[in-house]
Amino acid sequence: MSTRDFVRSLPHGGSAAGLRLLQIHLDPLLLAVLFCVIGYGLVVLYSAVDRNMNLFSNQAMRMGLALVLMAAAAQIHPRVYLRWTPLAYAGGVAMLLLVLLMGVEVKGSRRWLDFPGLPRFQPSELMKLAVPMMVAWYFHDRPLPPSLKDLCVALVIIVIPAGCIVLQPDLGTGILVAGAGLAVVVLAGIQWRMIGYALLALAISAPWVWWYGLQDYQRLRILTLFDPQSDPLGAGWNIIQSTTAIGSGGLYGKGLFQGTQSHLDFLPESQTDFIIAVIGEELGLVGILALLALYLVLIGRGLYIATQAPHTFQRLLAGALTLTFFVYVFVNVGMVSGLLPVVGVPLPLVSYGGTSAITLLVSFGIIMAVRSHRGW
Amino acid sequence: MASKISLKDNVRERQIFFARALLLFFVALCLIAGLVFRLVQLQIWEHETYQTRSDDNRIQVQPLAPPRGLIFDRHGVLLAENRPISSLALVRERVPDLDALIQQLASLVSVTEEDIAGFEKRLERARRPFEPVALKLNLSEEEIARLAVHRHELPGVEITTELVRNYPFDGLFAHAVGSVRRVTEDDLQKLDEVQYSATRFVGKRGVERFYEQSLHGEVGYQRVEIDAHGRIRQVLDIHPPVAGQNISLQLDSRLQISATAALGQRRGAIVAIDPRSGGILAMVSNPTYNPNLFVTGIGDEEYRLLSSSRDTPMFNRAINGQYAPGSTFKPLVGLAALSMDAVSWEDHIEDKGWFQLPGQQRIYRDWSWRVGNSGGQGTVDLRRAIYRSSNVYFYDLATRMDIDDLSRFAQQFGLGQRTAVDIPDASSGLVPNRIWKQGAKGELWYPGDSLNMGIGQGDLLVTPLQLATMVTVIANRGHWVRPRMLLSSDRPLVEFDPPRAIPAVQGPTPEDWENMVDAMEDVVHRGNKGYRQNGTAWAHIGRGIAYRMAGKSGTAQVVEIRQGEEYDEEELDEYNRKHAWFIAFAPADEPLIAVSVLVENGGGGSSVAGPVAREVLDAFLLPQLANR
Repeated sequence: MSTRDFVRSLPHGGSAAGLRLLQIHLDPLLLAVLFCVIGYGLVVLYSAVDRNMNLFSNQAMRMGLALVLMAAAAQIHPRVYLRWTPLAYAGGVAMLLLVLLMGVEVKGSRRWLDFPGLPRFQPSELMKLAVPMMVAWYFHDRPLPPSLKDLCVALVIIVIPAGCIVLQPDLGTGILVAGAGLAVVVLAGIQWRMIGYALLALAISAPWVWWYGLQDYQRLRILTLFDPQSDPLGAGWNIIQSTTAIGSGGLYGKGLFQGTQSHLDFLPESQTDFIIAVIGEELGLVGILALLALYLVLIGRGLYIATQAPHTFQRLLAGALTLTFFVYVFVNVGMVSGLLPVVGVPLPLVSYGGTSAITLLVSFGIIMAVRSHRGW
Repeated sequence: MASKISLKDNVRERQIFFARALLLFFVALCLIAGLVFRLVQLQIWEHETYQTRSDDNRIQVQPLAPPRGLIFDRHGVLLAENRPISSLALVRERVPDLDALIQQLASLVSVTEEDIAGFEKRLERARRPFEPVALKLNLSEEEIARLAVHRHELPGVEITTELVRNYPFDGLFAHAVGSVRRVTEDDLQKLDEVQYSATRFVGKRGVERFYEQSLHGEVGYQRVEIDAHGRIRQVLDIHPPVAGQNISLQLDSRLQISATAALGQRRGAIVAIDPRSGGILAMVSNPTYNPNLFVTGIGDEEYRLLSSSRDTPMFNRAINGQYAPGSTFKPLVGLAALSMDAVSWEDHIEDKGWFQLPGQQRIYRDWSWRVGNSGGQGTVDLRRAIYRSSNVYFYDLATRMDIDDLSRFAQQFGLGQRTAVDIPDASSGLVPNRIWKQGAKGELWYPGDSLNMGIGQGDLLVTPLQLATMVTVIANRGHWVRPRMLLSSDRPLVEFDPPRAIPAVQGPTPEDWENMVDAMEDVVHRGNKGYRQNGTAWAHIGRGIAYRMAGKSGTAQVVEIRQGEEYDEEELDEYNRKHAWFIAFAPADEPLIAVSVLVENGGGGSSVAGPVAREVLDAFLLPQLANR
């Protein structure tokens, strides 16, 4: 595959900008807004962990590490990503298969790989980046809108890792990975009727998925969404408590550190997946809207960078990573506010935990790389 | 490769991508608008609903049980107190595997099948989430320590402490003071829902029941902030409960102990009354039960034994046991005849040991009657008829009175009715008359019925409390004091609504009263006079007595002895033998105590019940006399 030859023939290629080795490749706007989100998130987390300095500084250090990794990712030229994409994808799929075979089981699902000498990690996190990259890689030198055959290949690229992740089982990450891949497909210009067919097929297969594809607890979560009061102390507890937390916050909230739902332990997972309920309770509608506005700026900027990118791979990758970020936000806020079933998706850059923060900031690093490395 | 390159239209791709990106950004905006709509719904439109729900979550109004009032005897001895006990309780919501946890607990403390059954019953009742449910009551110190050591392995296990009733004398005052029981579902229908919201025990018998409202106190409450695990984080405000009233009873615990000892193992009852106030100094019913068992939970088997025993330990003989008074009724009959001018102290008859109604074959016997030896007391006037307890004399007297007049006269002494101020459970006994017999048996009143009533047998029924009341009235020469348990309280009690005074007995003259008291003194003190000349009780209790006692023995038939046959104690089943009665008061001229003693199936009144009465009076009077 003569990728490099092809790239060199592009009209915008050959700029000397990329060759300036000492230039630091970052996007100031993205960086500023990311700092805002992370700072805001740390303040909220400080309240959510009950002012526990240990947990707080853990998280602050993780965020620092993730920012360093982001900056590093931004320095790498997109063509390097292009070159390594197939390897990263293949390695990721291999590790997913390993997880299914010999992963470490935590709370009933196998998500972790634990090699001696290496920190434990979740290969599925890597796939949040590797899958959209692989689809973008596959489409980058093919005519767009994609042909039916290319579509099918793209679907296979998506379904193999997503399926492995759902089997772990980790429905939330599976949705995010599949969503990231599908975002590339949509951005690549798939025909509307194809999307129509896909939705139709989904609607027809839904009953089978319901009865055979889902685990009992997953069905229960979906049913709970429609009637949380049916089991207020069991499956409905999370939703009742999170909507109560958000609703009781009102317009301006109860004040930082004043949330009773979160500080009296009524709100489950208040430091991780349900942290937006802490914001809703303590800082009110104003507090959530402020965060959503920041997210919206990140999404708008990401998509703008994507449209300005000179090359298909860059465009598709930056667009897909931005949309994945949006899916994160939507699924998390939707589930905590009781619109979507409970799946394990953290609130991006705010929830306690390092893995997703690293993935997300690295993806923003890649978007910055797309912005900053104008040449090819 | 080359064809592919030629097919790539970068400009068109850029256009498509731009359109798609714009569209997707718009879709994202719409979806976020949907989220915002949802948030506005939660936080603005339905804010108050969720605000309330959040407060309901964290703020709990917890009722606080008032400490129950203490009960003392007349000398300040504690008869009923409150004691903290620790219970093992489980928070169901925090226990993932109930059976495993119970198994684990059973290895640390004894958990019986009954504990588990009771726990499951309590678990089914309505309760708040995370409310602890008791599994095992009354933990020992050792068990508490063992649970504390293993606490970290026992999620959802809590040790709760509450104040419960404790009766330091166990069974000694069970029938006098009564007892509390755990509040049941049935009780909750009748009790004030708010006042009893935190109360676990309610007075079920005796004083505990009658003064329930005052002893209970007033419920308090606290508003607390709790966390999701039901733990109290802070108390927001508190309205402390008002403790129940402490009350002192007329009971004299030393006398109660002596009376109980005097009765020993025998079934029976003793009621002692202070004739000056009507205060009940002692109330014994034997056998008794330990009321503490009902507080900390009694096993089914234990309860079955208690409630099915032939000796009926739960039955309060002193106020609910209804027996024929036998000869203890005779002083009353004599006073009745005197006040109706049916007889005078000088009138006398010849007692040959038996009595016949005119034109009837049936023989009515004296207690001294034997086959082949008619016995009899010889020439008998009223005084001799009392101290010799002549049946024949009273048969004759009964024929001289209208039965309804006698019945009315008897009621003046409190028979056939409840006269105690604060003993609502007491039975009222029965004083028969013509109308009663017609109604109850559909028969006319026969002259033979009058004869039986003349010697306190037949349908006449009295309780030991009633006989004690009757002898109190005699001791007071006809003047009434109503029997009562209450001596004093810190503040006036709501329950204590003094009932109207009962008028003095109408009919007998002061001389009649004094003569009757003299005759009853003879029952005890007339001795060394020779065959059939001594008081019936003298040989048993009349010697070496330091004060003047007036008394009267009585024997109540349990089964009828057929015409011509003798009463043979050995032949009869124990439970068919006669009941022994003795009533007494002392000192005769200035009475300080009146007592009635019943020994069930005891046999002779003078020989069995008399010594018991003497012991009770000695125990009460000798220390007082020594002090003078």
